[in-house]
Amino acid sequence: MRKAMVERLYRSVYRIRRVEEEIARVYPTDKIKSPVHLSIGQEAVSVGVCEALRPDDVVFGTYRSHAYYLAHGGDLKKMMAELYGKATGCAKGKGGSMHLVDVAHGVMGASAVVGTTIANAVGYAYALKLQRKDSIVVSFFGDGATDEGVFHESLNFAALKQLPLLFVCENNFYAIHTHLLRRHKEANLCERVRAYGIPVERVDDNDVLKIHEQAKAAVSQLRGRQGGPFFLECLTYRWKEHVGPNEDFHLGYRSHEEARPWVERDQVARLAALIAPENRECIEAAVEEEIRTAIAFAEHEPFPDAHELLTDVTGD
Amino acid sequence: MERVLSYVEAIREATDQQMAEDASVVVFGLDVDDPKAIQGTTRGLSEKYGPERVFGTPLSEEAMTGAAIGMALAGLRPIHIHIRMDFLLLAMNQLVNVAAKSRYMYGGQVHVPMVVRCMIGKSWGQGAQHSQGLHAYFMHVPGLKVVAPTNPYDAKGCLIQAIHDNDPVIYVEHRILHFQKGAVPEQPYRVAPGKARVMVEGSDVTLVGISYMLLECLRAGRYLKSVNVDAEVIDPIWLSPLDSETIVNSVRKTGRLCVVDNGWTTCGASAEILTQVIERLQGERQVVVHRMGYAPATCPPTPALEDLYYPNARTIASAVYDLVKGGRNHWLPDERKELQEMEFRGPF
Repeated sequence: MRKAMVERLYRSVYRIRRVEEEIARVYPTDKIKSPVHLSIGQEAVSVGVCEALRPDDVVFGTYRSHAYYLAHGGDLKKMMAELYGKATGCAKGKGGSMHLVDVAHGVMGASAVVGTTIANAVGYAYALKLQRKDSIVVSFFGDGATDEGVFHESLNFAALKQLPLLFVCENNFYAIHTHLLRRHKEANLCERVRAYGIPVERVDDNDVLKIHEQAKAAVSQLRGRQGGPFFLECLTYRWKEHVGPNEDFHLGYRSHEEARPWVERDQVARLAALIAPENRECIEAAVEEEIRTAIAFAEHEPFPDAHELLTDVTGD
Repeated sequence: MERVLSYVEAIREATDQQMAEDASVVVFGLDVDDPKAIQGTTRGLSEKYGPERVFGTPLSEEAMTGAAIGMALAGLRPIHIHIRMDFLLLAMNQLVNVAAKSRYMYGGQVHVPMVVRCMIGKSWGQGAQHSQGLHAYFMHVPGLKVVAPTNPYDAKGCLIQAIHDNDPVIYVEHRILHFQKGAVPEQPYRVAPGKARVMVEGSDVTLVGISYMLLECLRAGRYLKSVNVDAEVIDPIWLSPLDSETIVNSVRKTGRLCVVDNGWTTCGASAEILTQVIERLQGERQVVVHRMGYAPATCPPTPALEDLYYPNARTIASAVYDLVKGGRNHWLPDERKELQEMEFRGPF
């Protein structure tokens, strides 16, 4: 059973890594005219958490949206078509990389304005509780979002109403180029969240198995009589620049030395080593084929018709 | 016999009827379940529908607006109430960046049916931050609907429409309009978006009044009658979508248009209405226009200055008289008691 789970986790982290590497490869051709915020290096958080979810659970996220979108079952072909601005993209070319959505698979969308969707996740969780459903909501956000007032307002209300909501903070230390320690006097996020009456856990090494274990325990608590919410902080590291396909160590705001331990703990390589070579090759071949198909789909699909400019503004 | 309700009672009844009919309707905001019950508009709803569907909230305008959006995405029909419109400025990110845009930026996969009820204050020293009519901010943004009913009939019909509407609706009330009384059918009914109403027919000038200013325009029309100026008075009701057709047809007849807004004129609803009318009629009909609104200042609480800050029936009548006669005539009607009634007393 654990073997099957490790293989699922590997498939998921490998798939996200390879999709984003392909995006980075295609990007210089200008076929993708959408600002891409890559999750390379951070895949473990989305993958570890989403492995603990059911298909009827719902996730809200951020503009760094590829990883949790794919991890929770978002359609890859529609995602690639969206990045290419095509009519068959998940948002018909009207959302772009920062607003991926797949309602049928419980991916409820993302905001470019940091912290915004945390409150939307809160409302969704309120509705689920009122409707007596036993699905839960996950709100993914970065450490930058914890600077925003809406984060604190949302924690307070979610705690007050004991909502079935898992807050997942992907702490990669940087809001664009500014380190957490240059933004907060007290950098211990968990302590602050605990003060709202919310139980917290922290995984400090990007270990996908530990993240999964913590998420699984939290989700089971949320579905149980104890209710929620729960806050999970996952320290992680972004390998690429804030936005775009390249590295950015030349800017000088962070160093290779800082990145090294995170790169050495790469969860793609780590899980790969736990899987029998023939199984691993089989997983990788299937993912590569899926990515090839998705890119070919995105390349060949049509752009939206002109009339789409004014559709979906309102419902009538 | 016609049944007469106040504006407050009309809102309460609309909410009650929709909550009874549809379990997905929920009501929340600071103090919706307190003893004052938002001037009475939510009276008894918490007892009747329970604290899960009617609940007071922390003072967290952004998060609670964001939560309303999340509830709407999950299939609820939330009504979020703000005792003063000024507080919506704390919720602009959610309203403009999420509520207005979700349908579009998610390619039609979602819609956001939510009602934001908010009140504009006036007089009794409401001052800088309890008096703002910010409806133009929302008219500017595609994806939002904006309605400002001025009488109990429309208060009920527009609220029912807003609750059923699959788009976010900013429902603008005015504290003084809460005291209006009028005929309201008991059976639920809807007042459709994008349809204005001609309140008084006339041939000399078209007078458009927004929110509370519609009342002052109706009174101005009576002052003008005494000097044989025949004003057609129009209530746009819905500011977005705006029924410019009805206004254009009126101006085609009168050739004169005065828009009186319950807000500032610069980049405001009055500017928008004049522009749409002129765009339609230029080359076809000679038109003269005028607009009135808040003085270009912050609202002062002292009555000595506040009286000058707002247009009123007499200053509107005077300006319209000039528009009709041409030039400056220095005519200001004598105050008539029956056109001055004001039921509102403070503190809130």
